[in-house]
This record gives sequence, C-alpha cells and structure tokens, in this order.
Amino acid sequence: MDCLDPVQKALLDDLDGGFAELYGAHRDVVFSTALRLSGRWADAEDLAAETFLRAYRAVAGYDAERIAALRTRPWLLTILMNIWRNCARAKSRRPPLDLREEPVDTVDPREGVEEAAMRRETGDELTELLALLPEEQRLAVLLRHVSDLPVSEIATVLRIPEGTVKSHVSRGLKRLRTLGGVR
Amino acid sequence: MNDDPLLARLAGLAVEAPAGLLDRIAARWIAVPSPIGELSVAWTARGVAYVHQGDGFTAAFRARFGRPLLPATRPPAGLVPALRTGRPSGPALDLEELGDFQRDVLRAVQAIPRGEVRPYAWVAARAGRPGAVRAVGTALARNPVPLLVPCHRVTRADGALGEYVFGPAAKQRLLLAEGVDLDRLDGLARERVFYLASDTTGVVCFPTCHNARRITPAHRHGFRTLGAARTAGYRPCRTCRPDLQAA
Repeated sequence: MDCLDPVQKALLDDLDGGFAELYGAHRDVVFSTALRLSGRWADAEDLAAETFLRAYRAVAGYDAERIAALRTRPWLLTILMNIWRNCARAKSRRPPLDLREEPVDTVDPREGVEEAAMRRETGDELTELLALLPEEQRLAVLLRHVSDLPVSEIATVLRIPEGTVKSHVSRGLKRLRTLGGVR
Repeated sequence: MNDDPLLARLAGLAVEAPAGLLDRIAARWIAVPSPIGELSVAWTARGVAYVHQGDGFTAAFRARFGRPLLPATRPPAGLVPALRTGRPSGPALDLEELGDFQRDVLRAVQAIPRGEVRPYAWVAARAGRPGAVRAVGTALARNPVPLLVPCHRVTRADGALGEYVFGPAAKQRLLLAEGVDLDRLDGLARERVFYLASDTTGVVCFPTCHNARRITPAHRHGFRTLGAARTAGYRPCRTCRPDLQAA
C-alpha cells in the first residue's frame, strides 16, 4: 500500500472524500487540456465537468484492487480524450444547423482586461499555430508541453508507443517553429 | 528547459480550472432540523435536489444521482426556514433529473397551501393528466424533495391520509404541525362529507380550503360529491378548485 498516492488512499477510504482529492489534484491539468483541445472556454467547462463525472461513476464500480492499480492522471485524461473524440465525431456527422458560426471564445468572463490582453498576445497566436498541426502532433505537443505530462503517460492516453509519442512531439515542435518563423 | 521560448509559451497555455467548476460536478450536503427530526439535504448549483430522512443517505443519493457528494459548512439560503414553516418561498429546487410527468406532478403539489390538503385526483388534473391518479401516487412516493415539495398535503379522496415517503406517521406529524385539523377532517369523512359549501357565498370548497374554514356552522352544508353540490346550486371555489378533478 506504500506505493499509493494520497488520491488513491483517499478513494479507497471513501469514494466522495476521495473524489475531492482527485479533483483537487488534477482539476487544472484536466481543464487546461480540455480548453486547448476544444479551443473554447464554455466547451472546456462542459468537457472537464463530464470527465470528472464519468470518472466518479466509473470508480464507484471499481474494487480496491482496481483503484490501487489506477494511474489517476492518465486515466482521467484518457476519459477526457474519449469524450472529446466522441463529441468531435458527433459534430462532424451532423451538418451545422446554424450557418452563423459562433465567435471563437476562449475568454473566461471573470478574467480581467489586463490578463485577457496578455493572454491574447501569448495565447491566441500560438493556439492558432497549434491548430495547423496534424492531429497526432497537436495532441502530443499539447499533452507534453501544455499539460506537462511525461511521455509514458501520453503513450497511455493516446494508446501509442512511447517512441511514437516522442517523434510526434519533436515533429510538432519543429513545425511550430517553422510556422512561427514565417509569421 | 523553459529557456526555450516556444516551450515556455506552450507551458503558458495551461490555465487554472475556474472556481465554479466543482459545483457543476459535485453536489453538497448538510444535516438540518425539521418538524419530523433531522434531515439530510443535498443540492447542486441549480438548487436542492434531494431530501432524505434516516440512514443510508449517501448510498441512496449515489444510486439516484451518480454524482459526488461533498459536505457543506452551511445550508443554502432559505432552506431551514422553509423546512420549519412549510411556506413556499424556499430555496430553488433542482428537478432536472426527473421525467416531465413527475416534474409536472411536483409543480402541481407546490400549489397546495400550507395547512390544506388535496386529493390525488386533483393533483393528477392539475398536472394535466386527469386519468393518471395512480401514477401520481407513484410520482409522489419517489418525490426527491419531500417537505420542500409538500407531498404530505396530498391525501386520499376517502379522507384517509394515505402513504408518505417518510411513512404515514411523519405525514400526520407534518400536517398537524402546520395546523390541519385532522380530527375534524376525520369526522367529516365518517359522515361521508368531502366538500363544504356556504349558502351565503354560494361556493363549494375542499374542507381545508381557507374559504371553507371561514364558513359559520349555520351556513355550512356538507356534500359527498361535487356533483351533488353543483345540483344544489353551488359553484366550485376558484381558490381551491374542487372542479379540477375527474368526476
């Protein structure tokens, strides 16, 4: 039991108390990943909320052995990735009902003007460039350098070998540098 | 490695989760006093979702809502007074997880004033499904927010109190606590009187309607059916609406 992290210990002790630990430990990485995947603040809130809800419902059915074997961060991000992929697939399947495209909105309504201005300078240009990458490179770069996951966890989340993760990351970075240089 | 400006900018795309996110996922709960003893109450960002009495609260909530449940330090505004007084100006309710019929039934029940009772058939009619009297009973038996949606004020047409989520004894205690004269109702039911009319106003009411309680004995007439009262020339009260049920 010594190899268990505090989140797993809390989950084994009490499901609801454990959930609070799970949320506290991983809310930022789940939300950041959701935001940079979807590109919109409101979608990120939906994605992140649904991820934690499904995680809770899943772990409610797990026995102690399964909880002890859980690597909580890549597990959560795998759930997030599945929800996001299903949403993206559902969206592409049905034609857009409204031709008026909603404005791209990554702004938190509570964010201050200063912060927003700063984020716009550092954030938006880079997210635009990220959007130009092939999907496998974009996801690898995002999980490695925005979400700050180790390569081994990215391999779990994307279900690809570690070597492939590394090559997607390095190709993605190279491409970003080229694209960024052109601008 | 953040000497690399590109990596530093990528790392800068990480953000903190917004403060309100947890409330979209987890419900909060607290134990509060009520006229029938301590209750456990759970609520979401939308409002109160669950009121429970006795053991097994956490397990029951989990089975019903499948949502994390975290302890709160204080109840939502208005909850404790609403439970104590039975008045309708309580906290917002979260009835999102319910089906349309059950939600319509609960809304209909919310219209029954404190200190009054209505039959199941009246609730069915008010919910827009006059034939669904038995289904109303089922919907009320599964009322997630008893007391706040006062399903204890729905009683059987024959004058018996009927079933209750927290048991018939709790139903009786709640009705007595809000001033329903159960002995008088019982006496009327024994005489097969389920409607009271006033010959000064020409109006017929349910016996607990505040208009019926004002009728003096000399002008009061009891009826077994609404049809009989109508034949005798009385019109249904516009406050308690005894006409709102299948004949």
